[in-house]
Amino acid sequence: MRVLAAMSGGVDSAVAAARAVDAGHDVTGVHLALSAKPGTLREGARGCCTVEDSRDARRAADILGIPFYVWDFAERFSEEVIETFVGEYAAGRTPNPCMTCNEKIKFEALLEKAMALGFDAVSTGHYARLSNESGVPELRRSRDEGKDQSYVLASLTPQQLRHAMFPLGHSLKSEVRAEAEQRDLAVAQKPDSHDICFIPDGDTKKFLESKLGERPGDMVDADSGEVLTQHSGVHGFTVGQRKGLGVDKPAPDGRPRYVLSLEPVSGTVKVGSADKLGVTEIDATRPVWPSESALDGPTECVAQIRAHGETGEAVAEMTGEGLRVRLSEPMRGVAPGQSVVLYRPDPAGDLVLGSAKISETR
Amino acid sequence: MTYLDHAATTPMRARAIAVMSDALSTLGNASSLHTSGRRARRAVEESREDIADALGARPSEVLFTAGGTESDNLAVKGIFWARRAVDERRRRVLASAVEHHAVLDTVEWLAEHEGAEVTWLEADSWGRVAPETFERAVREAPDEVALATVMWANNEVGTINPVPEIAEIAERYGVPLHTDAVQAVETLPVDFGSSGVSALTMTGHKIGGPYGVGVLVLSREVACTPLLHGGGQEREVRSGTLDTPAVLALASALREAVDVRDRHADELTRLRDRLITGVREAVPDAVLNGDPGTVEGGRLPGNAHFTFPGCEGDSLLMLLDAKGIECSTGSACTAGVAEPSHVLLAMGADVRVARGSLRLTLGHDSTAEDVRTFLEALEPAVRRARSAGLSGLSKTSVGSATAPTEV
Repeated sequence: MRVLAAMSGGVDSAVAAARAVDAGHDVTGVHLALSAKPGTLREGARGCCTVEDSRDARRAADILGIPFYVWDFAERFSEEVIETFVGEYAAGRTPNPCMTCNEKIKFEALLEKAMALGFDAVSTGHYARLSNESGVPELRRSRDEGKDQSYVLASLTPQQLRHAMFPLGHSLKSEVRAEAEQRDLAVAQKPDSHDICFIPDGDTKKFLESKLGERPGDMVDADSGEVLTQHSGVHGFTVGQRKGLGVDKPAPDGRPRYVLSLEPVSGTVKVGSADKLGVTEIDATRPVWPSESALDGPTECVAQIRAHGETGEAVAEMTGEGLRVRLSEPMRGVAPGQSVVLYRPDPAGDLVLGSAKISETR
Repeated sequence: MTYLDHAATTPMRARAIAVMSDALSTLGNASSLHTSGRRARRAVEESREDIADALGARPSEVLFTAGGTESDNLAVKGIFWARRAVDERRRRVLASAVEHHAVLDTVEWLAEHEGAEVTWLEADSWGRVAPETFERAVREAPDEVALATVMWANNEVGTINPVPEIAEIAERYGVPLHTDAVQAVETLPVDFGSSGVSALTMTGHKIGGPYGVGVLVLSREVACTPLLHGGGQEREVRSGTLDTPAVLALASALREAVDVRDRHADELTRLRDRLITGVREAVPDAVLNGDPGTVEGGRLPGNAHFTFPGCEGDSLLMLLDAKGIECSTGSACTAGVAEPSHVLLAMGADVRVARGSLRLTLGHDSTAEDVRTFLEALEPAVRRARSAGLSGLSKTSVGSATAPTEV
């Protein structure tokens, strides 16, 4: 196969590309330039936006002996990922930009370009197990449970997954690092990226303020309806958040307050005690079925609502175009805009059944 | 391999390699006073005389540098500083908008850090600076101009500027003119003395000489403040131990290039015209950027620069590279990202056009076979690249991506 290896400059995508080469594929490495003004100083690894990352990717490609190019997707990335991210926060929702990037950039813009240019697949360094052998894609959690990234890939369609390769799904991160060392890849000890790549200082609130400005509103006690304070915009908050609420006055019962809901039109942030945070029912829209099969009636499964977040047993079923998920135990911090990903437990790696975007919670 | 990127760098000439190899095993610092030092000095000075002769300059006007970028920096910053030191009012820099980054970024640096005022000289849709444009800019306040800089020939689209005419105007207003002639020296009749410019940049690796060595030809009448301080080896304007082997090889390559220049330029022009005709036959909506090349002296003999509407240059580059054909999407930048070319933007092209361009440059070892191989590979590559479209751009801005766009 002709494989296009997306190379971020990190250790994972470098080893993934190396394994694609070893598997006998005709591999070309591509680094996506996603920032119009790549910074030149690196503080730790920031994922995908710096000149150093581009150079690290190039050096890895040199070692593998594969052609390497930098492709400029900055404008598309800005429109599809950054603007969506900002827009979702402005609307009081909590987006996952990595998921959007996989969906719209790596496995849409890049994959389409790769296919048009004669490639058969795009490989990345994601930790997830993918098999296309049975004719339908089967996307499963990675063997390394701590690194599992099946959540951020769960919104990919079968068409996208048919042309995807995740060569690291069966490996532990420690094995990947050791292999990089063995292969003389200079990125072997490069730190993992954790932050959102387009917010290099990690200060999401400041970033959103720079994009959205101040949109003042009331912070209201959910029980009493009392206005506790003014805040500078719903985009500064996420459902389930406890820290940084800016309320001096303690709750009457002395219990800590959490963000319960965000109402972007009125600008109201409702806060209350933890017991009101529990969610047992989720409505979600735009479901995607990676293995092509939509749910057939109520289905027992495991639900996850955040990357590396907690999981819970659930029963899910289709409600017309949407999806309803009933959780057996209440889950906290479930925010509209996040994706709910449904898994079927399996010793060979939990299978991703589907995913959908959370619209309402109860 | 089919190499069509001679404007990036061109193979070293065999004689220059031999000269350099010999010199590398010869000991001697050209500044030393003993026998081997004098031997090195003699070789350097003979090279300097050769170079001066080839460029129509006096030997004392030839300053060795580490290449084109240093020569450009030295001329632009050095002349600016020296002229402003004499008269505080002289802060204006006249610079063409299509300069190489070595000039462009230097001018911008002076504006940001040294209080320079910049007049960007507009280029026409072929990328040429008209003498009238220059005169309009210079006559506004000639006493306030520190220097002007207009490249001899454009490194991207190959358009040749009327430098002697511009130099005449500059002289009339008492303004020193620097020209970046990096792309011009190998194929155009560049004569420093008769051109009337005050400073001229050239570099070794674009003419079949080595990397890392260049020349600033600087008129004796023009003061220039040094960038590099130290031993003052080059007329107290440039310090640093001379790279004797590189200087010798540069002189050898320049001598050879100038000796065969007229014949070489004719051959290249014929080859380039065949390339242009062939591209138009293979891809009828391809647009030639820059001077049409129908009149001698309009376009660099080895340069063809096209926009292929609906394609991304980086797709074409990759597809051709996979077939062993090497060319360029424009000027490469440090991050390896093909930014839309400032030259095309200055010529009035929009971002989509700028992204869909390919620069094909022929040189002293190019053959008809190279052109044929390229032309055979082009049409399928364009077809394929078109199907990939303009994927990196915003979806809304690529609505009419496949419509041909005139530059």
